[in-house]
Amino acid sequence: MNLKNFKINLSNKNKGLIPQVLTVLFIILAVVYFTINAQNNMGNRGISFGFGFLSQESSFDIAFSLIDYDGSYSYARAFLVGLLNTILVSAIGIFFATILGVTVGISRLSQNYLISKTAEWYVEIFRNIPLILQIFFWYFAALRALPLTVDSINFYDISFLNVKGWYVPRFIWTNFSLFFYSIIAAIISIFFVSKYAKKQRDEFGKQIPTLYISLGILIGLPFLTFLLGGVTLSFKIPELTQLSKTIYVYQGGVTIIPELISLALALSMYTATFIAENVRAGILGVNKGQKEAAASIGLTKSQILKLVVMPQALRIIIPPTTNQYLNLTKNSSLAAAIAYPDIVLVFAGTALMQTGRAIEIISITMLTYLSLSLSISIFMNWYNKKMAIKEK
Amino acid sequence: MKSIKTWILVGFASLLLVACGQGGGGAGSKKSKTLENTKKAGFVKCGVSQGLPGFSNADASGNWTGIDVDVCRAVAAAVLGDADKVKYTPLSAKERFTALTSGEIDVLARNTTWTLSRDADIGLTFVGVNFYDGQGFMVRKNSGINSVNDFKNGISACTNTGTTTELNMRDFFNSKNISYEPIAFEKADEVVQAYDAGRCDTYTTDKSGLAAQRTKLSAPDDHIVLPETISKEPLGPVVRQGDSVWEDIVRWSLNTMIEAEEYGVDSSNASSLKDSDNPAIKRLVGSEGELGAAFGLDNEWSLRIIEQVGNYGESYEKHIASTGILPDRGPNELWTKGGILYVPPAR
Repeated sequence: MNLKNFKINLSNKNKGLIPQVLTVLFIILAVVYFTINAQNNMGNRGISFGFGFLSQESSFDIAFSLIDYDGSYSYARAFLVGLLNTILVSAIGIFFATILGVTVGISRLSQNYLISKTAEWYVEIFRNIPLILQIFFWYFAALRALPLTVDSINFYDISFLNVKGWYVPRFIWTNFSLFFYSIIAAIISIFFVSKYAKKQRDEFGKQIPTLYISLGILIGLPFLTFLLGGVTLSFKIPELTQLSKTIYVYQGGVTIIPELISLALALSMYTATFIAENVRAGILGVNKGQKEAAASIGLTKSQILKLVVMPQALRIIIPPTTNQYLNLTKNSSLAAAIAYPDIVLVFAGTALMQTGRAIEIISITMLTYLSLSLSISIFMNWYNKKMAIKEK
Repeated sequence: MKSIKTWILVGFASLLLVACGQGGGGAGSKKSKTLENTKKAGFVKCGVSQGLPGFSNADASGNWTGIDVDVCRAVAAAVLGDADKVKYTPLSAKERFTALTSGEIDVLARNTTWTLSRDADIGLTFVGVNFYDGQGFMVRKNSGINSVNDFKNGISACTNTGTTTELNMRDFFNSKNISYEPIAFEKADEVVQAYDAGRCDTYTTDKSGLAAQRTKLSAPDDHIVLPETISKEPLGPVVRQGDSVWEDIVRWSLNTMIEAEEYGVDSSNASSLKDSDNPAIKRLVGSEGELGAAFGLDNEWSLRIIEQVGNYGESYEKHIASTGILPDRGPNELWTKGGILYVPPAR
């Protein structure tokens, strides 16, 4: 009896399991084979393998870093600098690509001939030119167009733009942590306010102006810390310093290097075209009857867009847009061409060159991009689920 | 199905080969796997730069020239009897060592600086120096900077990644206590463009490189190379660790070119010097001694190098001096004429 049961189990439930187990075994064997092969070859050629180099002194400097760094720090720290720079340019790129993409996508559907045609031309031009050329274009066009340091473009004597970068004032805080906590407190209270507002609307049909209240909290609470908490903020404005007869530089402020500006610009201009098409597809994908039905029950145009069209369109927009976010992040590795110190330039470039540890460094870099992409995917999948139709 | 069979066959064949190779490695026998493979293939696999005038540069029809290229040509002349039997692989600074250790190339002649860590750590062996270089700085003439001592805090410097220049730059500015902005590009062409556009105040790399890249600027005469040299950059050919015969062949191919210049043997007079009174010259042209046998080569290997490639002076004149890159030989002059080119005697 038992045996019979076992047989049935095998044929029904576990039948599909056998090919799966075999596949997993095959993959493991392949990985083991390649690892042993690589180890043997490296051993034969007198190359050692190991990650000990990560704690060695890197002895090279990086022009742009979000954390304290110079050549006396370790290779691991240099890796972190590169990673943060990659995340920074990707985040900036995703932010502007989304704003620009949504704007252009909606513009393409505009009744206004000029607006829709401009949007169409923008999309067709920028998505059809290879990204690396656009990066070179923005970088070298910017370098050629911007004035030398002495003739900087001056924004009200506090900020300066020239060929060496964009110089902005440095913030000098006292009790910054208090200010920071007040912002977090503000965000938490806004969350509860909107929850309360939703409840009021659902149960009593009362409309509460959430937007104004939220803005008030977000500005008011941190502002109070200035008045009562002893938080002060002052600015250090960049000053023009002469280094030699014709060489000048702004010192004392924060420098946003032109490599970052042009890379972020190129990435967002390029990716925005794809997002624009996703947005257009999403809006067009919502049945016309939905809008007409919404109009017939007396919703205003903006209410139709916000309450009826967008929630349905988002379901179409999010998955392909996730792909674009991933593409943008991976495309940021082209930074090396214009000297933006991202992870590829710093770690898979200089560090690899100096240590000669190609296999170790390339594996770390690949794993890093994989984790970055997976994190974006996980977040976007969560958002997608949130936006999906909730079956009741 | 057929392809799988082929693979299995190839697998067994290579296993057998490996076994034979290990079995034959008895004491006294001079076997070099690289030499055997090179003879079998009929060409020398040589890694060069992606285009550095004077060192390794391809013309429009794909012919490589330069003093690094001449090292590969010398090896081909010695081993295969024909200096043209070289397969060139252009490599970036980043790719070069992996290409060599993985066996994609057998000689790396790509203006590569000889350092301790590269020699000892990553499976490479440097065989000699074919160009003594040093890192320098280029600035705009009107900048008012006439020496590296005029640099001040906040200077921005453009350079290439993946080379020793980044390290030297840091050592230099640190020793002078100057804060600087390092802007490192992957390729030399972008460095030139960025420097030309005013992104950085100075361009730093090996002085030979500065001289070659200066010609690419929009107004080369508006720029000067500062007199100071901040580092030692002995550039030389590299081979894989573990094949000492091949290592010796490449080393002595280079040494032959330098020694030939020292004794006044060049491509035009080499064969007529077979009956020279000087035994050192006779050894160079192969009419005395059995020097080639030590590598498993015939006795005319060095004569072929001199006849087909020329001596070091000819190579320098043709590629570096006459092209206007560095007309003055400086340290790359023979030790007998005030330079530091000094090779062990071929005897």
